[in-house]
Amino acid sequence: MGIFASALRLPRLAAAIGLAVTLAAPARAQDTIKVGLVAALSGQSAKSGEAITRGLQVAIDEINAKGGVLGRTFELVRRDDESNPAKGLLAARELVQKEKVVAFFGGIDTPVSLAVVPFANSSKVPFIAVWAAGTGITRNGAEENYVFRVSAVDELVDEAMIDFAVKIHGTKKPGLMLINNPWGESNEAGLKKAAGAKGLPVAGAEKFDNADVDMVPQLTRLKEAGADTLFLVANVQPAAQVVKSLDRMGWNVPVVSHWGPAGGRFIELGGPSAEKVDMVQTYSFSGKLSPKGEQVLAALKAKYPEIKTLADVTPAVGIANAYDAMNLLALAIAKAGTTDGPALRKAFYEIGPYVGLIKTYETPFSVGNNDALGKGDYIFTHFKGAEIVPVGQ
Amino acid sequence: MLILSAIVSGLSLGSMYGLIALGFHTTYTVSYAVNFAQGSCVMLGAVLGYTFWVTLGLPLPLAIAATLAACALAGLVVERALVRPFTARGSSAWLMATVAGGIVLDNAVMFTFGKEPRAFPSLLARTPVDLFGAGVYPLQLVIPVVGVAIALGLHVLLRHTARGKALLAVVQNPTAASLMGIDVKRVVALAFAASAVLAGIAGLLIAPLLAVSSDMGLMFGIKAFAVAILGGMGSASGIMLAGFAYGLVEALVTSMLGSSYTQILVFLAVIAALALAPDGLFGRAAVKKV
Repeated sequence: MGIFASALRLPRLAAAIGLAVTLAAPARAQDTIKVGLVAALSGQSAKSGEAITRGLQVAIDEINAKGGVLGRTFELVRRDDESNPAKGLLAARELVQKEKVVAFFGGIDTPVSLAVVPFANSSKVPFIAVWAAGTGITRNGAEENYVFRVSAVDELVDEAMIDFAVKIHGTKKPGLMLINNPWGESNEAGLKKAAGAKGLPVAGAEKFDNADVDMVPQLTRLKEAGADTLFLVANVQPAAQVVKSLDRMGWNVPVVSHWGPAGGRFIELGGPSAEKVDMVQTYSFSGKLSPKGEQVLAALKAKYPEIKTLADVTPAVGIANAYDAMNLLALAIAKAGTTDGPALRKAFYEIGPYVGLIKTYETPFSVGNNDALGKGDYIFTHFKGAEIVPVGQ
Repeated sequence: MLILSAIVSGLSLGSMYGLIALGFHTTYTVSYAVNFAQGSCVMLGAVLGYTFWVTLGLPLPLAIAATLAACALAGLVVERALVRPFTARGSSAWLMATVAGGIVLDNAVMFTFGKEPRAFPSLLARTPVDLFGAGVYPLQLVIPVVGVAIALGLHVLLRHTARGKALLAVVQNPTAASLMGIDVKRVVALAFAASAVLAGIAGLLIAPLLAVSSDMGLMFGIKAFAVAILGGMGSASGIMLAGFAYGLVEALVTSMLGSSYTQILVFLAVIAALALAPDGLFGRAAVKKV
């Protein structure tokens, strides 16, 4: 210690005071615009809630640094839905009625989002899905639809998977490997429809459960039926068992997958062959980034020191979708000139263009299409070690 | 090739079901109670094995010993806290208590071990070997051998050692056994410890084939209970045979008819078998059923 050390500490003290002042500023409640998040912050999918939080917070910090919107800054209020639809609905009510949020975001679980949709529409507060891909979330049949989405849509993902496989792997006979739950069911219908539209006969659709150890019987059935490409819909653990079963069979076949495996330790669980699986994503921080990409990555690293390598910004979809969604919401509020729900809903259809992280949104939303991302915006990626990189890298 | 790989897979899973089900048999014979957290004990074996070996870097034999010792302890705790207080009053609430104990354990592990499934590395599950044209991991061949060896070992232990005979005496008549100087409470506690150890061994063996996670034990526990009922709660050899039969039927139905029908057909077969032989395929009529 000594004088030298104290002198070194001075600037830090000044910085701390400065930080305290900045932090104290948005604390005046009437002045802030509250936005909500209902997502899984604990349990199996906690990592997804963390990614969404980071995307939203980085966007909010940027907007606030520029003075916010309508002269007011944003404040994020989060509630844990524990992946439980009933709890999610309760949390949404609390955010809207007690916290008076002007709009709120959703998490990874389609069932939770589906439970929240009718409440958002009846209370006339915009609800923006940034992960859950269930088709019915935005296409919910409401006359005045308050639900928007910046994420993939299951029905379009299925079409994109088939398109990609035909183009890259020359697929003629798809074989489906699906998790035995409603998610697998809905994608079975979607994949069959997409394959049918291309005139491709489906070799078969096989199901498996989360804890299944051996998928060789299912895979052998597909192989004998002449499947030349496998379409995989499952989360990381069963997806890894599919890869290991393929290894045991010695069957080297292209595998095109929904985004399930991206959320976990796919290579550790599935072994080196898991690198061959192509997965749908909306964004990847790997490779050459746009200026916006560099900017957001730098902001993430500055705000969250635990982010050191690109392997720490997975799942990138949660971060990227949330970041763009928050910016689109800010634009809509600026356009509407108010935070009033019905005016805000109309403003969503009038915003654009916006140069975002995932793409440049010309007209992100239009009446009848509340999804900002379409089939052409998906990218196909694969694991390379712990990192997720675009196919071809 | 299809049939052969289904048979290998079915036998190796079947022997695991049998091993876990032997745990039900062990405690049922001495106390007419079972540990419904048996599936969670399978998970505990895998999670602790992973922690001792991979995370803490202990030598494998030591890691296995520590894991099984911890499982034995868990079995003792289950008996003392979740079973004895109820059976002592003649209540059947141990049934719900052990189910609840399993849920508590699963969740406690989720918070401490983490929510992400982890891979349990094993040299025996890395490179597949060719068996008449079907690729299998060496571990899949080792598992049934170990399973049968442990079942046989248990049999010898019961019939040819003093402690085993004490156990059998308790089975036949607890009151007479305690009059003869056998500590019935201790025998029952030991049976619960042994039951958890059997589950732990199954967990250690199955982990490299599956993945280590807090919810991995649930389906194993349910299937093993079906196997125990099917084989006859009182018959160890019957349970092992039922385990193999269950695993084989499961794998063959999947291969022949497709996976959509597996759970429906297998559990229908269990119901049918029980309708035809209410005391299990190999069991004798019991005085009291769970």
